[in-house]
Amino acid sequence: MPENLKGLVGPEQQFKNYLSEGKFMIQRCKSLDKFFFHPRVAFPSTGERDLEWVEASGIGTVHSTTCNRRLPEKGGDFNLSLITLDEGPRMMARVEGIEPDKVQIGQKVKARISILNGEPAVIFDILQG
Amino acid sequence: MNQNDINNLRGKTAVVGLAESGCGMASGWSAMEIMANSVHDALDDAGIKLNEVDGVFAATAFHSMAAMSLSEYLGLKPKFADGSQIGGSSFLSHILTAALALDAGLINVAVVAYGSNQKSIGGFKTISEAMPYEAQYEPRMPVTAYALAAKRYMHEFRASREDLANVAVSARDWALLNPRAYTYDKGPLTVEDVLSARPIVDPLGKLDCCLVTDGGAAVIMTRSDRAKDTKNTPIYLLGAAMEHHHRMVSEMPDLVRTSAIDSSQRAFKMSSYKATDMDTIQLYDAFTINTLLFLEDLGFCKKGEAIELVKNNNIGPSGSLKVNTNGGGLSCVHPGMYGLFVTLEAIRQLRNSAGDNVGERSGGGWIDNAKLSVAHGNGGVLSSQVTNVWGVSETL
Repeated sequence: MPENLKGLVGPEQQFKNYLSEGKFMIQRCKSLDKFFFHPRVAFPSTGERDLEWVEASGIGTVHSTTCNRRLPEKGGDFNLSLITLDEGPRMMARVEGIEPDKVQIGQKVKARISILNGEPAVIFDILQG
Repeated sequence: MNQNDINNLRGKTAVVGLAESGCGMASGWSAMEIMANSVHDALDDAGIKLNEVDGVFAATAFHSMAAMSLSEYLGLKPKFADGSQIGGSSFLSHILTAALALDAGLINVAVVAYGSNQKSIGGFKTISEAMPYEAQYEPRMPVTAYALAAKRYMHEFRASREDLANVAVSARDWALLNPRAYTYDKGPLTVEDVLSARPIVDPLGKLDCCLVTDGGAAVIMTRSDRAKDTKNTPIYLLGAAMEHHHRMVSEMPDLVRTSAIDSSQRAFKMSSYKATDMDTIQLYDAFTINTLLFLEDLGFCKKGEAIELVKNNNIGPSGSLKVNTNGGGLSCVHPGMYGLFVTLEAIRQLRNSAGDNVGERSGGGWIDNAKLSVAHGNGGVLSSQVTNVWGVSETL
């Protein structure tokens, strides 16, 4: 990495840039052949820096899920879950298109990019069948 | 030295004074004033003069450089200070650092302190920054994180909300014996009360969550040679260890296994005692799920078996395990960072048993013949875990 970092953006901004382009991208370490999330400048714990961005399959499984209670005038109840991506890493997200307290651990979900509070965000829907 | 030889701090330092201040509601007092009152009261308890303090350890959500702000307020020029902020367990790690600094001869008298006036100025106060990759989804931190762990725990071990509620019921039963507890005169809880309380973040309702109070606390530590000459029964630090594996709940390697497994193992090893030797067990119960996880992770039962251990009020005053005997964060006090109160209770039980007057309690509130206590602190979102083992002189 050039010492002054000029002309480049960090992985957090790069992730957001991809989302703005409608792409859900995650990082993969080439030498380890392993995916990880969240985006970082090196592979966590062992520090490999031979990384590439790969479009996520978007398929995942609900690892845990909560219904966050909120007053209707403030937007009402909403779901907040941890999703384990088929590639391996886990991330926080919302599962939508279903009552927020009806999401079940173990359900398969599929990602789409939506707008949340004015910014693009990865949101999951229940994968039918 | 290696990991097999970590007992060089065992019994080298002791707490010789302690105090709390402004617990509950302290309208008209600032966080700093509450913290400073705690320090002066703890020094009075120890019989040590303020100008003998040369080590200052502090954290609070109200001062980003708490050790420095507290030192200035007290008029001290410390030779060593540490304001490490790892959440509610910070103070248990400060105790470890203070023991190192005392043992190394860098300082002679350490104070570890905390203060908060969150309740009287409007509610839960945190200085935690928004977490990248999480904040956008608007989790209600820290509750959402603990709810995610609770939900996963229920899934893996077929636990129910009733199993979680049992923890809150026992905590309240202890608080009813403790005049210092915020809910001392609020009557007992039933499992049904806990289940029907206002839902916050499913599966956690209001009574699965800790209190929101004001309050401050302080402990005074010296090397053990000096501790013998102070006016109270010295309580010795027999073991201490910390570990953390994540900051954000989405990065937690296993939602139902915390790094308390690691911290407690090393703290008990240093102490040369094991979990089942402990006469009192003080666990950081910010939420009901904490007590289940920590009973397992500290080794009181196998993973997934705490739901059986807490049944029939077995961790209440009439039960076989003396857990959170002050009423805990759930029913005694929780000013935002509870770690120093876990410590106070662990030590007070031992001092009372040794004959010191550390306050009145109703029958069963003080544990007879208590010689060993474990104090376990938790910080962040089940993130930082710190275990301290305390004992009276005959346990050395």
